[in-house]
Amino acid sequence: MPHINLTNEYPGIRSLFIYRPETAAPMNALVQAMLHNPHPSLSAGERELIATYVSRLNTCKYCCNIHGAIAKHQLGNNGDIVQQVLSDPETAPISSKMKALLKIAAKVQSGGKNVLPADIELARSEGATDIELHDTVLIAAAFCMYNRYVDGLATWQPDDAELYDKMGEQRAREGYLTPPFKVATGDSQ
Amino acid sequence: MAHIKLLNEELPGIVGLLNYRPETARPLLDLAETLLRGPSSLTSGEREIIAASVSYWNKCHFCHTSHAAAAAAHLGSDIGLIDDIKAGLPNTPVSDKLRALLHIAHQVQRNGKNVTDEDISFARDLGATDQELHDTVLIAAAFCMYNRYVDGLGTWAPGPNEAYTAMGERMAHVGYGKN
Repeated sequence: MPHINLTNEYPGIRSLFIYRPETAAPMNALVQAMLHNPHPSLSAGERELIATYVSRLNTCKYCCNIHGAIAKHQLGNNGDIVQQVLSDPETAPISSKMKALLKIAAKVQSGGKNVLPADIELARSEGATDIELHDTVLIAAAFCMYNRYVDGLATWQPDDAELYDKMGEQRAREGYLTPPFKVATGDSQ
Repeated sequence: MAHIKLLNEELPGIVGLLNYRPETARPLLDLAETLLRGPSSLTSGEREIIAASVSYWNKCHFCHTSHAAAAAAHLGSDIGLIDDIKAGLPNTPVSDKLRALLHIAHQVQRNGKNVTDEDISFARDLGATDQELHDTVLIAAAFCMYNRYVDGLGTWAPGPNEAYTAMGERMAHVGYGKN
C-alpha cells in the first residue's frame, strides 16, 4: 500500500503525477526533453537503455520495467538487447561508446563524484561528445530521482509484463506528455 | 574544470550546466521553483533545510551550501545555519515534525525503499500531512538528482560559506529561473 492516500488506481509514477500535477508538469517535461525529443546523436532507444539500466541499479521495479519496455519499442521491438544490457552491458550487442556511457551512468548512480576523468576519457576515445556526456550524466541523475520518488512513497508496482509492454508501446509512440490509459485491475473497482 | 566544455566556465555548480543545456534547464528550474517556493504547508525555509541536508548527505558542496544559504535567507538567520545543517541542526529551533521529515529524507537519500511504515507513522503522529510527506520524499529524491548532476560533471564550486550569501538571498527572494 502506498505511504500516502493517492486516490487513484494508476501504477508507479503515474499515480504520483495525478496526485500532484504541479510537480508532474516539470517532471514530465524533463523526461520528454531527455528521452523522447530529437537528439543530435543518441537515439531514443539508447537513452531509454541508460534510464532502464540506472533504474535496475536502484532496484526500482516499476521504472526498470516501464523504461525497459519503452526501450524495446524504441529499438525496433528488440527486447533481447534490453535484457542483455541489464544482465551485463559489457557483453551486450551495443556500441563501445554506449558501453562507456553506461559505465559513467553506473558511476553517477553510486555518487556523482565517482565519475573520474579516466571514465570521461574512455568514453571520448569511443567517440562520445560533450552533449552525450552531459545527457548521460543527467539521465542517470534524474533516474536517481524518479526511482526514489516511486519507491519512497511505496507506489503500486504491478507484476504484469504485458501491461508494461502495452504502456511502453504507448510512451515510445506518443512520448511522455499524453494521459495514461486506464489500467484494469482485478482487486479494485 | 568541468568534465565537459561549458559555454561559460565562470558559472559555478549547476548554473554553468543550466546555461549549457537550456532544453533541460527549464524543467529543472521549474521543478525547483515549485518544490521549494510553490504553495505548501511547509515553509520555504523548512523545504530549503531538507534540500540542503540531502545535499550534505550526498557530499555535494555547491548544493548544500547554496541551499543552506537560501534557508538562512528565508528564516532570517545568519549563515551559521550552513554548518548547523551539517551537524544535524543542534542550534536551530526546528519542529519535531521537521526532524521526522528529515529522517524520511535521509532514508530516501539512501534508497526509496528504505522509507518504512514506521517512519511514516512517526511523522504523521507529529502532524505531518500526506502532501508534506509527498513533498519531503520528492525534494529528497530531486536533490539526489541535482547533486549527482553537479558532481557527475565535475563542476567547480566556491569554497567558503560567505561566498554563498548573495546567491542564497537570490534563490530565496527572487526564485529559480527568474533571473
